[in-house]
Amino acid sequence: MKKNLHKILKYLFNITFFLFFVVVTLLGITLFLHHKPTWRLSSEVTKEEKSTEQENRVAVDGKDIKTGLLDDKGIEVVIFNCTRCHSAKLITQNRANRQGWLAMIRWMQSSQNLWDLGENEKIILDYLEKNYAPEKQGRRKNLSNIEWYKLD
Amino acid sequence: MTGFGLDAVYGALMPEGEDFLGIQDPYELFQKHEDMVLLNDKPWNMEAQAHLLNDYVTPASKMFIRNNGLIPQKIDLENWQLTIDGESAITQKKYSLADLKNNFEPYTYHLTLECGGNGRSEFNPPAKGNQWTVGAVSCAKWTGVRLRDLLEDVGVKSDAVYIGYYGEDSHLSGDPSKKPISRGVPITKAMLEETLVAYQMNGEDIPLVHGFPLRLVAGGWPASASGKWLTRLSIRNKVHDGAKMGGASYRVPCKPVAPGAKVLDENMCIIESMPVKSLITYPKTGAILSGNKNLKINGHAWAGELPVKQMEYSIDFGATWHLCKLKQPTNRLAWQQWDVEVNFPQKGYYEVWAKATDSSGVSQPTILPGWNPKGYLNNACHRIAIQVS
Repeated sequence: MKKNLHKILKYLFNITFFLFFVVVTLLGITLFLHHKPTWRLSSEVTKEEKSTEQENRVAVDGKDIKTGLLDDKGIEVVIFNCTRCHSAKLITQNRANRQGWLAMIRWMQSSQNLWDLGENEKIILDYLEKNYAPEKQGRRKNLSNIEWYKLD
Repeated sequence: MTGFGLDAVYGALMPEGEDFLGIQDPYELFQKHEDMVLLNDKPWNMEAQAHLLNDYVTPASKMFIRNNGLIPQKIDLENWQLTIDGESAITQKKYSLADLKNNFEPYTYHLTLECGGNGRSEFNPPAKGNQWTVGAVSCAKWTGVRLRDLLEDVGVKSDAVYIGYYGEDSHLSGDPSKKPISRGVPITKAMLEETLVAYQMNGEDIPLVHGFPLRLVAGGWPASASGKWLTRLSIRNKVHDGAKMGGASYRVPCKPVAPGAKVLDENMCIIESMPVKSLITYPKTGAILSGNKNLKINGHAWAGELPVKQMEYSIDFGATWHLCKLKQPTNRLAWQQWDVEVNFPQKGYYEVWAKATDSSGVSQPTILPGWNPKGYLNNACHRIAIQVS
């Protein structure tokens, strides 16, 4: 009886230890994959990492959930190249024509360590020009998005 | 104040990168009011809305956040040093936080800090950068030593031109050889009595996101001149050439240009004093008034280096203007409170427009001021919508 109990306890201990080991390993792997320092140049990042990024993407109502970028052709290239240093919010809150977006890219390349985009430059510019073009507006817009409330 | 435990506290606040799930709540992280608006999460940028700025002294919870780079992850208070050096420094000195607090007279001033790009979102063609609306301005109570006292302690050569600051924030790319921002002020501004090397804001340690433990504060100038996490000040014999001092950064065309014009670097001039501006901080836009057609409104007005001499409002889109009651500032470079009772003659949709005039007679424009490549200095009249039903 006592021997059986000892056996069971030993068995339980082994299982617990094994599960603990598995959890720690998984945690380590996740953290390792998650850690992508921005100073790693784009060329150093493996194809696997790039494709993981593409597969994990979810879009709702035409917008990529994680970044808020409009879901359109070229979005993976934009996410991959344009959100390593700064947030996608710097894209979604800005508007410019193709020339304006190109000027921003050149400024980032000359002073902010942005790499040579190669043939991706055209894909990125096509995406930005189409989805984040300036709206026509005058010297001042009507007030909009007013949340009306009763003031006593 | 001692450094005991503070490392741990600020370590726990670590505002950089992402946590395990990639989620960070900036409202909790920076203890900001829930009505603050998040513009960017890398780098962190957040602005107030007009109605949040109703306090005369802006509390930390309602102060806008502007970052060019990443907030320092570790603040080592015990070993924190401010170095003063440069071509035009007679000697070079290092000060600990204790040196600054114990060996120099402390001064407290209410100082208006407005982001140069406040109002950028209205420019057309659009200007790149964070799309600030009206809330990138604050007027808190800053305490510290006069920069002038430190400069005199080090000794300033007669050829001094500019003070350049360096802080502990790091570049977005992670490149340790690059500084996200290193600006400053001309020696004349540095020598004014309100220019502080501050160690307190509103009577407490400066919040980490606003520059703890040390910040250069140059009220009335673009807030980017007020360097955070300050470790070094260089007395330069030329205009400081740090990051974001050249190109289109914090600079505007020296001569007026047409909207959308391309402007060469050599034709751009550094922004100094901010222009005259005002806000309606009560009521919040969108108020529906029933029956009672009288409404008390109030807000603040400021004009960079100058005092505001007159405040007016209009409820007919600028056709007629009416005077408001305007208070004197607590000290130079503090914003001034104004208030007035408005009567709406009939039911309907109104906009209340507010217009300040500075001591030299210059007023806010009702439409956008001159376009510039980076969309700085929009001081067009603030407007709120009112419905009388």
